[in-house]
Amino acid sequence: MCKVSRRRFLAGGLAGGAAVMLAPAKKALAAGNLTGFPDGMGALVDLTRCVGCRSCEAACNREQNLPAPDQSFDDYSVFDQVKHGQKRRPSENAYTVVNRYESQSSDKPVYRKMQCNHCNEPACLTSCFVGAYTKTAEGAVTYNDKVCVGCRNCMVACPFNVPAYSYSDPINPMIKKCIFCYDSRVKHGMPPACVETCPTQALMFGKRDDLLKIARARIDREPGKYVDHIYGETEVGGTSWLYLSGVPFEDAGFDTSLQKEPIINNVKDFLGTVPMVLAIWPALFTGFHLLATKGKDHHEDSHADEEGEES
Amino acid sequence: MFVASGRLKRGVFLLIMLFLPLSCFAMDAPDTITIDALASFYEPVQFDHELHVGIAEDCSACHHHTTGTGTNNSHCARCHSNEEEQDLVSCQDCHQADSFTAQALSAKSEKNLYHVDATGLKGAYHQNCIGCHQDMDGPSGCTDCHARTEEGDKFFYSGQFAPPAGEGSSH
Repeated sequence: MCKVSRRRFLAGGLAGGAAVMLAPAKKALAAGNLTGFPDGMGALVDLTRCVGCRSCEAACNREQNLPAPDQSFDDYSVFDQVKHGQKRRPSENAYTVVNRYESQSSDKPVYRKMQCNHCNEPACLTSCFVGAYTKTAEGAVTYNDKVCVGCRNCMVACPFNVPAYSYSDPINPMIKKCIFCYDSRVKHGMPPACVETCPTQALMFGKRDDLLKIARARIDREPGKYVDHIYGETEVGGTSWLYLSGVPFEDAGFDTSLQKEPIINNVKDFLGTVPMVLAIWPALFTGFHLLATKGKDHHEDSHADEEGEES
Repeated sequence: MFVASGRLKRGVFLLIMLFLPLSCFAMDAPDTITIDALASFYEPVQFDHELHVGIAEDCSACHHHTTGTGTNNSHCARCHSNEEEQDLVSCQDCHQADSFTAQALSAKSEKNLYHVDATGLKGAYHQNCIGCHQDMDGPSGCTDCHARTEEGDKFFYSGQFAPPAGEGSSH
């Protein structure tokens, strides 16, 4: 009786394993098609309109109660700053920065605003093992500093190098990044501070779907003015923030080598097998062990002893 | 009944000649316009309309198709090539000061709306001005056109609110 039930247990385990194998594959396929929430909001940045006035930086500073900057927001020498071979990046004290680029395709300098792009399927969120990140229905990627343990996985995971860490705070350092003014504005249907203050309306706020239409219409209307690409439409599964440019995107500091699939898709299939391995392997290899050692003397003895004790 | 004498004819002709060029150059247009719809960080702008009338090729350079002078934009001309002068011609009659309210955004989602990309008032002003100002070496810095208020200086951490020099650190 005992041996038969073991065999049945093994067979059942294998069947279950096959079922688990199939299930995550289907799930991963479905998730690959996720294009954000249907009525999610977004912002459209038109680099051909940006004049590099840095008003958005000032507005962000005020809205998010960030500390006073090292230099005035009307000091344009910051465009020449290079640290560690890089132009300025969002930091714990500035959730958005504007950088200046020279391009051979344009006789004027090109300015590019940088902040969290609020991915449809954020890599920071999926890399966070305490679930500190949330993708809200409005499109914002927010984070909860109460549960953050400071592992900084999200900083590594982000394809745009956006999340910053408050290294300056030795007691309670935490992740700092643009949250699309979610708490104070977007949640209440208002545009983020940077968009509202932009004098040339290089920044526009609206439903992501509408912004895509507008962006497409601008390219169609003036094909000579724009590069025929909306950055963020498909990059890493799509982002809430979208960019139009008159110069090749790589000239304005964009990473154009990013995949179209969300980052999580690279590991989803693999991660799907982890629960299966945990559930099946112990039973499977215990079974193999028992079968392999069947009929061996010292085991027979011990089994006989156990059975004798049980009966 | 209305058989006009030669003298009357000549008089009417002269009258028309007198007013024709004026009507082309916006006879009833104001000389200066105070732009203060959005003044908080900047002082209102005294816009010298008369000066710009002289510089612009015709009214449609700024007023698109509303001033009865046609339009030189081939894209707009598909619908607006032969329009009479309209009652509403000032910027803020069409360009909303607050263009990202929930109301404005839901109007943008309207399926049959053609002008989905109409800019707000502030964007319209700046996009209209900056291109020419840069090309013709006009004033193009922020404070070249509008002086900043004290509130604006505070906003930009500039002027009396500037961070003390030398204190700036990279980390």
